[in-house]
Amino acid sequence: MTAGAPALRTALRDAALSALVAFGLFVALIGLKLVPTDQGMTLQTRPWALAAIVVAVFVGRLALLGWRAWRPPGTAAPGRIAEGLTHAGRLVGPVFLLAALTLPLYGGRYMIDVGILVLTYVMLGWGLNIVVGLAGLLDLGYVAFYAVGAYSYALMAATFHLGFWTALPIAGLLAACWGVMLGFPVLRLRGDYLAIVTLAFGEIIRVVLINWTTLTGGPNGISDIPRPTLFGLRFVGSGDPDTFASFFHLEYSVTQRFVFLYYVILALALLTNWVSLRLRRLPLGRAWEALREDEIACRALGINVTITKLTAFAMGALFGGLAGAFFATRQGFVSPESFTFIESALVLSIVVLGGLGSQLGVALAALVMIGGSELFRDFDEYRMLIFGLALVIMMVLRPRGLIAGRTPSVALGKRREIAAELVAQGRG
Amino acid sequence: MTAPLLRLSGVTAYYGAIQALKGVDLEVHQGEIVTLIGANGAGKSTLMMTICGTPRARDGRIEYDGTDITRLPTHEIMRRGLAQAPEGRRIFPRMSVQENLLMGAHGRTGPHAAASAEEVFALFPRLKERLEQRGGTLSGGEQQMLAIGRALMSRPRLLLLDEPSLGLAPLVVRQIFGAIRDLNRATGLTVLLVEQNAYQALRLANRGYVLVNGAITMAGGGAELLARPEIRAAYLEGGH
Ligand SMILES: Nc1ncnc2c1ncn2[C@@H]1O[C@H](COP(=O)(O)OP(=O)(O)OP(=O)(O)O)[C@@H](O)[C@H]1O
Ligand SMILES: [Mg+2]
Repeated sequence: MTAGAPALRTALRDAALSALVAFGLFVALIGLKLVPTDQGMTLQTRPWALAAIVVAVFVGRLALLGWRAWRPPGTAAPGRIAEGLTHAGRLVGPVFLLAALTLPLYGGRYMIDVGILVLTYVMLGWGLNIVVGLAGLLDLGYVAFYAVGAYSYALMAATFHLGFWTALPIAGLLAACWGVMLGFPVLRLRGDYLAIVTLAFGEIIRVVLINWTTLTGGPNGISDIPRPTLFGLRFVGSGDPDTFASFFHLEYSVTQRFVFLYYVILALALLTNWVSLRLRRLPLGRAWEALREDEIACRALGINVTITKLTAFAMGALFGGLAGAFFATRQGFVSPESFTFIESALVLSIVVLGGLGSQLGVALAALVMIGGSELFRDFDEYRMLIFGLALVIMMVLRPRGLIAGRTPSVALGKRREIAAELVAQGRG
Repeated sequence: MTAPLLRLSGVTAYYGAIQALKGVDLEVHQGEIVTLIGANGAGKSTLMMTICGTPRARDGRIEYDGTDITRLPTHEIMRRGLAQAPEGRRIFPRMSVQENLLMGAHGRTGPHAAASAEEVFALFPRLKERLEQRGGTLSGGEQQMLAIGRALMSRPRLLLLDEPSLGLAPLVVRQIFGAIRDLNRATGLTVLLVEQNAYQALRLANRGYVLVNGAITMAGGGAELLARPEIRAAYLEGGH
C-alpha cells in the first residue's frame, strides 16, 4: 500500500505523543516513591516501573490505531456489542439473578460479604436511576438520602429499640420525605443548577450530621446498632432459645448472619427493581421519561410536572433510605464519614456507566465497579488509578453506557417487530 | 350567536419585565378554524402558551366553554378538552412513536387509547408504519404529524396548533393543512392555528387575527383578510 508509510508515520507520532503524556502523568506518581526508613523518609526512584508504563502506553496506542485502520469497514464494534448486549439482556438478566440467588451455596464468606456490598450499590444505583435515568433530574447529592435512612434507622433502633423490620420502612419513608423537601425548592431548576443544589444538599446533610452532636454523636457516629433478626430470631452464638441456630438446631456459625444479610439486601434490591419496572409501565413512569425528554411538551400535554418531579425525588430517596437502613444494620455503626460526596459520585457513575435508564446495565456496572475494586484491594495504591482508567476506557468505547438501548415500555395493542433496526439507529 | 368556546378578554402576559401580550381580545367559536398571524416575536406562541397557563395571564380573563380558566393550573386546563401541539413539535425524541402518542392520552391506555390512535392513523397513515421507531429519528414532517397526532390523542374539542408548517416542504404543508381541514369537517374539531404561512392559513381559516407587538391589530374573515392590501404588503409579499 502506498498510503502505508505516511499512515505509519502519523501513527508513530500519535503513539509517541501518548507515551509522552503518560510519562508526564506517571513520572511522579509511579517513578517516585517515598519509603520510610530509620532516619525518616527517603525518596526512591523507580525508573523501570515508569519505563514499563510508558512503553505499554506506546505499544497500546499503536495497537489501537492499527486495529482501527485494519478493521474491515462497516463493523463498528461498539455498535455490535451494544446490540448484542441489548439482545442478550433477556438471557443475561435471569442468569445473573440465578447466580445471585444461589451465591451462598457456592460462595464463601468473603464472597458473600462482597456480594452484600455489590448488592447495596446495585440497589442504590437502581434507586438513583429513577431520578437520573428515568426522570432526567441530575442529582449529585443522593448520598443524603442514604445518610438519612442510615441515621433514622440507627436512632430508631438504638434509642427506641424498634426492630429492624419496623424501623426499615419508617427509615425509607423519612428519606422519601426528605426527597420531597429537596424537591420543592428545586422544582424550577434543571441541569447544572439542579446538580449544584443537590450537591449542596448532600453536603448540608453531612455537615449537620457532624455538628448535631447531641442527636447524632457528631464525628463519632452511632454505634451498637442492633443486628437484624429473622422473625425475632437473633444471629448470635449464645445458645439461647431465641437464636437462629438453636431454633433450627443448627451449629452456630457467623456465616449464617452473612447469608441472612445477603438475602435481605437481595430482596431489597429486587424490590427496587420490581417497583421501577412496574412504575415504568404506569402513566407516572412514562411521565418521568417524558419529563426527561421535554418539560414544555409535558406541560402542553397536561402532565402535572410538579407531582411528576416530586414523586421521582421521593421514590429515589425512598430506596436510598432503605439501602441506608440496611447499611446501618449491617455495619452496626454509622458515622458521617460513610456519607461523603464520593459515595454520590460512585452511585452516579454506576448509573451513567450502566446506561441511563437501563436496569441490567446499572446492575452490571455496580458489579464491575464495586466487585472490581474489591478485587483490586491488594493493589490499594493503584485502585483509584485503575478505577479512573476503567471509567475513561468505558466512556471512549461506550459513550452512552453499557446498555444504551431503551425498550419501549408500552405498546398500543400488539408489538410489531418490523422497525427493530430503525429503533436501534436512534441516537438518543 | 352562542357563547364562544374560547374567549380571551384583555389578556396580558409578561416574561419578567418584558410585556409580551398587551391586552389581547380573541374569540374562537365551536367548529371554527381561526388563525393567528403575525411577525416573528409578535407574541403568537406566548398567546398559545398563556391560554394553557404558562406563562400565566397577569390581567384579563380567559374563558373556555363558559368557565374561567385564567387561574387554573396548566394540567387542569389541559384536562378540560384543550390540546396543544406546541411550536417546534417538541416530541419526545427517545420514546417510540406509540409512546409519544400515549403521552397525549392523559394517562389512559387500553382500548380507549387504541381507538384514539386508530383515528390518528386514519389521518396520518405514515405514523402507523413507524410505531416502534424513535420519535427523534422521524423526519421533520413525520414529527409534525406525530405532534398533531399526540395532541389529538386526548380527543380535544379545541386544538391549538403552533406553526405546524415550520420547516416543512410545500407538499407536506399541504398534506398537514388538508388533514386539519378534514378533521374540522369530519369531527367538528375547533382549531386555533398560529402560522407564518399566512396565505395558506387564511385560506384554510374561517376567521383570522393579526397580532403585532403583543396586540391584535386586525380581525376578520379569512378571505376578507387575504384581500386587504396591508395584509398583502406585510405578510404575503414574496408570493405563493
Ligand atoms: N421564555 C421567554 N423569556 C423571555 N422572553 C421571551 C420568552 N419567550 C418569548 N419571549 C419574548 O416574547 C416575545 C414574543 O415571543 P413569541 O415566542 O410569543 O413570538 P412569536 O410570535 O411566536 O414569534 P415566532 O413567529 O418567531 O415564533 C419575543 O420578543 C420573545 O423574545
Ligand atoms: Mg412562535
